[in-house]
Amino acid sequence: MKTLAFLLLMTLSAAAAVGESFSDPAMEARARDLQRQLRCLVCQGESIDESGADFAADMRHLVRTQMAEGKSDAQIQDYLVARYGDFILMKPPVQPNTWLLWLAPFVVLGAGGAVAWVTVKKAAAAKG
Amino acid sequence: MTGELGQVALCFALALSLVMAGAGLAGVRQANAAARGIAVSATLGLLVFTALAFGALTYAYVTSDFSIQTVANNSNTLKPLIYRISGVWGNHEGSMLLWLLVLALYAALVALLGRGGPRLTSGAVGLQGLLAVAFLLFILFTSTPFLRLDPAPFEGAGLNPLLQDIGLALHPPMLYAGYVGLSASFAYAAAALMVGERGWARAARPFMLLAWIALTCGIALGSWWAYYELGWGGFWFWDPVENASLMPWLIATALLHSALATERSGAFRTWSLLLAITGFSLSLIGTFLVRSGVLSSVHSFASDPARGFFIMVLIALAIGGALALFALRAHTLQGGASFEPVSRETTLLLNNVFLVAACACVFVGTLYPLVLDAVSGTKISVGPPYYALTFAPIFFALLLLVPLGPRLGWKRGDLKAAWRALYPALGLAGVAALAVLALISPRTVTATLAFAVAGWLIGASLLDIRKRKGARASAFAAALAHAGLGVTLMGVAGTTAWRSEALEVLGPGQTMQVGPYILRFDGVARVEGPNYIADQGRLALMDGGKVKAMLRPEQRFYPAENQSVSDTAIRTTGLRDLYVALGDDRGQGRFAIRAYVSPLAPFIWLGGLVMALGGILSLFGRLRLRAPAPEDAAESQAQAAE
Repeated sequence: MKTLAFLLLMTLSAAAAVGESFSDPAMEARARDLQRQLRCLVCQGESIDESGADFAADMRHLVRTQMAEGKSDAQIQDYLVARYGDFILMKPPVQPNTWLLWLAPFVVLGAGGAVAWVTVKKAAAAKG
Repeated sequence: MTGELGQVALCFALALSLVMAGAGLAGVRQANAAARGIAVSATLGLLVFTALAFGALTYAYVTSDFSIQTVANNSNTLKPLIYRISGVWGNHEGSMLLWLLVLALYAALVALLGRGGPRLTSGAVGLQGLLAVAFLLFILFTSTPFLRLDPAPFEGAGLNPLLQDIGLALHPPMLYAGYVGLSASFAYAAAALMVGERGWARAARPFMLLAWIALTCGIALGSWWAYYELGWGGFWFWDPVENASLMPWLIATALLHSALATERSGAFRTWSLLLAITGFSLSLIGTFLVRSGVLSSVHSFASDPARGFFIMVLIALAIGGALALFALRAHTLQGGASFEPVSRETTLLLNNVFLVAACACVFVGTLYPLVLDAVSGTKISVGPPYYALTFAPIFFALLLLVPLGPRLGWKRGDLKAAWRALYPALGLAGVAALAVLALISPRTVTATLAFAVAGWLIGASLLDIRKRKGARASAFAAALAHAGLGVTLMGVAGTTAWRSEALEVLGPGQTMQVGPYILRFDGVARVEGPNYIADQGRLALMDGGKVKAMLRPEQRFYPAENQSVSDTAIRTTGLRDLYVALGDDRGQGRFAIRAYVSPLAPFIWLGGLVMALGGILSLFGRLRLRAPAPEDAAESQAQAAE
């Protein structure tokens, strides 16, 4: 509840401080990139960049306010992760509990490659 | 009356599917010719009674018989006829009945047209009978669509407006034709393990192709729908439900390629079996994920733990049974095919390695968050950036290899000659990359690479088509399917790299610019559809001082369902989409307008269509070619004589 009230406050002040888009195109592009990296928590797998939910609109304001304050992308992400957990990141962080997630495709690729290697060797040897 | 008729038909269908399973499996023994005859009759009976049940339900929807609960919950009299019909499968109960109907259709096809030895066909029919038994029990005990309501309401609740759309009316039957089509390959594979039939891949191939074509079309339709309906200009969201349909497609694609080698030279025979089992298993898992409500989305109509549990048991039995059979019997089918390291076989093997790894990405990405949450309570999101770093490079590597495969001979290929023959394709790749770099900004590495690869794929396909004129339909079909990949790749790269967008709040008369286009907002009018009222935005596409075209995006409100959805307006040149969505009312006649210019967007689905055409061509080429290949024919005759 406290976070919500805080967010609301942030939003209100943000609405006053930051419009819907930055006039500087580089800043705007950065904001859009960052927004695409953040998940709308009340939607179904949408980022806050593409969601029409009020929550996403609030989050966009929050991101833009912090950007206007001169914070870096990493600082803003850390700030949000501290509040909402890793769930908010569209790209799961690489850490012990996601090693399997990140490595599995390449382990399968490697194992498949190894099996293919053995199969081809065998098939070449079987030629009579 | 119709409701009871449908229910009775389902009970008959259950009885017939039991006969079908029993007789079909008994027919695996050579001596039981009579059982095989009974299995065929039972299969046709199953089809008739399932169709009857489905017809009864459809009739109830069309006539708006609200004394039937599912009709009252999912339909109403205001809906246009087409969405009353598509409402039949726009909910859990009806969609399970559709699943069963498709299963019965495939089983009838296998029973009547299935080639391969009689014992193999009989076993496959019996196994499909078992699947029908399981799904009928599931329908009758947890999800019967014919429950009565007393008193019947005067009006039904209607259908989720998002589903009232032509794309989504056709998407489920298409996708089911794919999912369930894989059950035929699955049944053939398991039956082959039972009877030890080595020629199963040839018998199962028409069904693999059918399933693959349907999956390709179903996925393309779903993605197209998401594009024009969701209003954000995206075409693929890596949503778990989308992933659930992509995984069987990847495995079915791998199976089509691996079975090619199995059929031709007996290579990878057990591996193809495993793929056939995996493909259908993933279809079942997909159904479970979607239907059980584990994943919440527009697709999961009802989340009922009893249903989820039932499907889970069904999956465990089907997959466990098939894998046990595989473990016990696979060695009987093993045969050491011989081929050189440089050969068609090796490229098909590599194709499988990449496709399976790509499927593993999607599998892990979809299920890991669920498992992690269940095990440790930690919630993470796996979004598009994950797939961009895992799936994309793996699939890209696969695409690089595609042109080589068809140019290497079976058993032994000549890499140098193949490479030399591909010089023109390489040239096209270079031209495509240079053209992209020179003509289009912003310059991006990925888009340039993607166009080079697309040129490489399409160039090689053109060479194939030119060189092999008059040759077998299958070579032509493969070239077409591979070219389709290139077309889709261009669409994906084009939209991703060069999409421009604008979001503005406009009052009447104000203009906005998106990409090269100027749009003038001419206000909003109230229009009425058959069962909705809409705010229809008028946006004039300006050319100098003149109006070139009007775009009319809508915000529709469906009073019966009490829901709003947006309806985008898209104007396409074939090479570029101008895409406009109407946002919320900001007061004083001002509205938020979102506009996108998506270069090459239509190519995404055009490529899908080309791929599907390749599949269709291969299917018909094969049906025309009745005479079986020498090796397998000898084998199936030997089997039959046993």
